[in-house]
Amino acid sequence: MSNKKSTHHWLAQRITAVLLIPLVIWLVYSIVDLVGSDYEQFTAWLSQPLNAIAMITFVMVGFYHATLGAQVITEDYVHHKCLKKLKLIIQKLFFFGASIVCIVSVLKIALV
Amino acid sequence: MSDPSQDTRPLSPHLQIYKPQMTSVLSITHRATGVALAIGSLMLLWLLCAAATGPGAYNTFMNFAGSPLGRFMLFGWSFSLYFHLCNGIRHLFWDMGYLLNIKQAYRAGYIVLLGTIILTLSTWICALYI
Repeated sequence: MSNKKSTHHWLAQRITAVLLIPLVIWLVYSIVDLVGSDYEQFTAWLSQPLNAIAMITFVMVGFYHATLGAQVITEDYVHHKCLKKLKLIIQKLFFFGASIVCIVSVLKIALV
Repeated sequence: MSDPSQDTRPLSPHLQIYKPQMTSVLSITHRATGVALAIGSLMLLWLLCAAATGPGAYNTFMNFAGSPLGRFMLFGWSFSLYFHLCNGIRHLFWDMGYLLNIKQAYRAGYIVLLGTIILTLSTWICALYI
């Protein structure tokens, strides 16, 4: 990574970390509150605008934070240049895809 | 093939000759819990997909989540989440220039461990009994 990229990575990791503190507290509180909910109760909960927005924000910020963390781990432990590049691309696509799937699911529950 | 000695990045300590210390163990645990959380988040993906699919898929997920394996995974996820949260806050303090001497780093480490255990257990007590 170039110096400019490294600074951006460092900063992005910290900003997403700080954002995740309230989001994670909301998520755990919600999960504990939702224990034992049936399908109707769960979808009704996720259809509330604030919950849908919080879930989409958590998924976006969380998977981005995971992408940044996984990138550092790969850069530390995978020394083969091609393998490293390939693994970095796969990871990025994987987490990006995962967040898209989650967002579409939330939107379908909340809007359809 | 790249020669590690030519690499500009610093090498990790050689684990075979490296005495484990609380600080280094917490450091590697931060990484391990990060990986666990990234994988564990796929359970959230499954839940959201299942709920978007319909009651049948939702019930399949709930049956798994309530099974011994599902419970074990959720317990691991909650522990990893709280550890990564508490130790992440410890990292943010370091980034701001606090708690940097050895005594403070150790004390904050013990607070992280204690906080993780208390938060994990109280969450499960709330989830199961309240």
